Amino acid sequence: MKLQRMNRRALTLGALAVSGALALTACGSDDNGGTATGTSSSSANASSIKCDNAKGQLLADGSSAQKNAIDAWVKAFSQACGVQINYKGGGSGAGVTSFNQGQLAFAGSDSALKPEEVTASKQVCSGGQGIDLPMVGGPIALGYNVPGVDNLVLDAPTLAKIFDSKITKWNDAAIKKLNPSATLPDLKIQAFHRSDESGTTDNFTKYLIATTPDNWKYSGGKAWQGKGGQSAAGSAGVAAGVKQTSGAIGYFELSYVGDGVKAVSINTGAAAPVAPSTESATKDIAAAQVVGTGSDLTLKLDYKTKAEGAYPITLVTYEIVCDKGNKAATLPATKAFLTYIASEDGQKLLSTIDYAPIPDAIITKVRSTIAGLS
Amino acid sequence: MDISTKNPEEAPPPTPEPFAAAQQRTARGATRPGDRIFLGLSRGSGILLLVIMAAIAVFLTYRASLAISKDHANFLTTFEWNTNLLPPKFGIAVLAFGTVVSSIIAMVIAVPIAVAIALFTTHYAPRKLRGPVSYVIDLLAAVPSIVYGLWGALILVPHMVGLFGWLNDFFGWTGIFSWDEGAPRSMLTVGILLAIMILPIITNVSREVFRQAPQMIEEAALALGATRWEVIRMAVIPFGRSGVISASMLGLGRALGETMAVATVLSPDFIIHASLLNPGGGTFAQNIASKFSEATPDGRDALIASGLVLFVITLLVNGAARLIIARRAEYSGANA
Amino acid sequence: MSNAVAAEKPTSTLQGATLPNWSPYAIAGGSIVLAVLIGLVGSLDSKIQWGLIAAILFVVGTYVIAARVEGSRQAKDRIATSLVWVAFLLAVVPLVSLLWTTISRGVKVLDVYFLSHSMGVVGDTEPGGGIYHAIIGSLEQVGLATLIGAPIGVLTAIYLVEYGSGALSKSVTFFVDVMTGIPSIVAGLFILSLMLMWDLGPSGFAGSCALAILMMPVVVRSTEEMLKLVPNELREASLALGIPKWRTILKVVLPTAIGGITTGIMLSVARIAGETAPVLLLVFGNPFINNDPFSGAQASLPLYIYQQFAQSAGSGAAYDRAWAASLTLIAFVMILNLVARGIARWKAPKTGR
Repeated sequence: MKLQRMNRRALTLGALAVSGALALTACGSDDNGGTATGTSSSSANASSIKCDNAKGQLLADGSSAQKNAIDAWVKAFSQACGVQINYKGGGSGAGVTSFNQGQLAFAGSDSALKPEEVTASKQVCSGGQGIDLPMVGGPIALGYNVPGVDNLVLDAPTLAKIFDSKITKWNDAAIKKLNPSATLPDLKIQAFHRSDESGTTDNFTKYLIATTPDNWKYSGGKAWQGKGGQSAAGSAGVAAGVKQTSGAIGYFELSYVGDGVKAVSINTGAAAPVAPSTESATKDIAAAQVVGTGSDLTLKLDYKTKAEGAYPITLVTYEIVCDKGNKAATLPATKAFLTYIASEDGQKLLSTIDYAPIPDAIITKVRSTIAGLS
Repeated sequence: MDISTKNPEEAPPPTPEPFAAAQQRTARGATRPGDRIFLGLSRGSGILLLVIMAAIAVFLTYRASLAISKDHANFLTTFEWNTNLLPPKFGIAVLAFGTVVSSIIAMVIAVPIAVAIALFTTHYAPRKLRGPVSYVIDLLAAVPSIVYGLWGALILVPHMVGLFGWLNDFFGWTGIFSWDEGAPRSMLTVGILLAIMILPIITNVSREVFRQAPQMIEEAALALGATRWEVIRMAVIPFGRSGVISASMLGLGRALGETMAVATVLSPDFIIHASLLNPGGGTFAQNIASKFSEATPDGRDALIASGLVLFVITLLVNGAARLIIARRAEYSGANA
Repeated sequence: MSNAVAAEKPTSTLQGATLPNWSPYAIAGGSIVLAVLIGLVGSLDSKIQWGLIAAILFVVGTYVIAARVEGSRQAKDRIATSLVWVAFLLAVVPLVSLLWTTISRGVKVLDVYFLSHSMGVVGDTEPGGGIYHAIIGSLEQVGLATLIGAPIGVLTAIYLVEYGSGALSKSVTFFVDVMTGIPSIVAGLFILSLMLMWDLGPSGFAGSCALAILMMPVVVRSTEEMLKLVPNELREASLALGIPKWRTILKVVLPTAIGGITTGIMLSVARIAGETAPVLLLVFGNPFINNDPFSGAQASLPLYIYQQFAQSAGSGAAYDRAWAASLTLIAFVMILNLVARGIARWKAPKTGR
């Protein structure tokens, strides 16, 4: 009150800024569905989505592997229900951490909760704990950017050596042996890995450990352990890095392949090398088994598959919620969204955007678990 | 953490303010309610500022001590950052190395160029150009760091390929400039980007110092037949040396703490690479920004501990810079 | 004309041979042509190399020619001049490149639609969407930070200059210096752990608090400088008339320095408007519009740029949005800077009434 002169100006400025912002709030719009050229057939789905008085806004974070799937689901869901779902693909590690701090309605993760993470989640879920709901399956593609080379074939030991900087040139004898007809350039290999903690890294290295323990002598986990190479944050970062670097190879979801980046076919020991695709991944995921206990539906994947046309490097990414004790404010919206994405329509959407749906036997369990969330 | 307790000694002595001291009596003698309220308000905000600082310092130290007590490796010498392991293992060796190296590269590039530009604006540029040049430099200072980061990652990095190849061809044998043809998201690129970012601050402070160089001596030297360069070497640079040093320190302080530009350009890992051209390494600020979201509470404490180290380093650098400025103010005051 | 004059000069016995006035331009032109030739012949594809070769040729060429014609002292002078020019050009190149890229790539998608729509449900790699939500977030966060930071900063400066001379003011001065050096990410860390302690979700206001911490020392410093410039005679005259000290400060000291103080505040606003690191930790980011800075996740312009870059997967649409947002942010900061400079010139401290 006593600060008239001095603060008058500052106050005027502040008031200007605030009132300007308030004035601006009148003229903006969230509605840009019309311009989006997404792949989702959202209008067809909209009718089947049950909103169940879902409202408000949901915060979610986690796996960047399922970011593209969530984007497509969110587009359909928010057009039908008007709920805003803010999913930030900050990585599985970030998702689980923020979830356990009570900041999120649900988290996305490519790796199931570890025992100590489950313990931590009990503080957030009053009377319950965090559970893993498998929702999106998908192949982890090995994207490469080597001029003049199409249909590259690699196997597990070669991959392990490439990502551990033991094979450093594209015209290495080991690669030549797998690709007798290709003209491999004398180019250094730039192996890209994730700099953040990632479930994609976890699943990829689990595959290497399961199939070729002699060549990949690390313990595995969300943090990258191999030697050398370059790093980037998020699947998007790795994909961008591969796209911009000649001679690069990296691992990310199939939906990031394209636009100059091609995917490696894997020689699994089956008659023909298997290319990553929705079908070949579905074949592998079909063999997965539920190992979670109670309402937790953690899956165990078969990395060593030699079945014809089954792509071995797959991941299943989970949504993590509380089985009991979800926050009352966000529960209806969370439940409605999860119900939608586990529904037949939601799962059908996946195969159009390079993800693999969860097998029927498992997704029905997921649906009944979601129905029981409280 | 005993380093931080030494800092108060580094504090530059505040310059005495004659009128404040002279008016002290009237301030004390004030009994009017208006005066008391106003004094209370202004003193209150001063104290609030101290409280905030104290809170930050206490909180950082407390959190850092928690983290370090849980560390199952040497905090100073370990070459990894695995806070989610059981038991956690992390150390700042790589971060400290990366922070120092990238800042040194930035200084080596930025200081000579900044001094040259400062001289350009004070002694070389045609009179008409001086205003615009200063404006251009201020423009560089006003660009937000994230825009530098975007530009660095999308424009600078691809353009470094040729230069890196060249350095590798001619100087690759030194080991420092050897290059395995990876994307140039390396310490050298980070250093160059940081150099561009700290250029304005060094230039601006140096320019002010050079401008104050005694005109009489310069004119005397010119009259004796000295060339322009000799005037600068003998009259201007000796006068401005301490000013340039403190300007560089301020720039160094900024380079050490830069976050986003490093995070977008660098391809981080936890290895100390001999080569400046190969991707890898990390800095304190970059590591905090990229690891923070996924860190568990313990991991977060570990990052705070690394933040504290950065805090202490920037404190020492800034303190030294202020000390040099304060000393210089005394002696130039005698000259004027 | 001037060439003729230059050519006549060597006839004087008092002056040695000098190069004609146009020689630096000729040498510069020659070295650029030579560098381009070397670049073409050596098939160097990086323009940076071409530029460096041209610069080296220019400096060396100047020295060699000047040393032959004018002698070593003049040659040293010439080499210093050419080095200074080269340094200046070296600094201009990145700035021009940065501004050119930002403008040329930013205008691609920058239109009314882009400014008035949020990202909404637009996917990361799809075209479309806008920055309206980020602009709102930035304005509110920076506005709140200014409301918190500026009064505290100005009052502290008043205390330091008008009242302080004891231990308290010494320690405040010292800690203001210390605070200037706080890396922005550390300020973010501090607020974030307070948030976690009190179990608060991310919000725009949390970002404002961190930005206010970054802003305060800058405001204190600049206000202090401005108050010190106010001539002591003004204060003495006012006090001698029996006017209370607080009225003297409010009615005499502050109005005299108000231009400089406003400039300082605006420059610090310009600085915090571009801060990414603390915002990254505190406001979460949000593709939808959130007008309430006190609850719920918000977006902000710098954060938006970072997210578009980091989650782009190399998609051109996302990069275009990042550049357009950069252009908006730079324009905002530049306008603030220009206005601040204008006010500083217009309201330069008056020395009397």
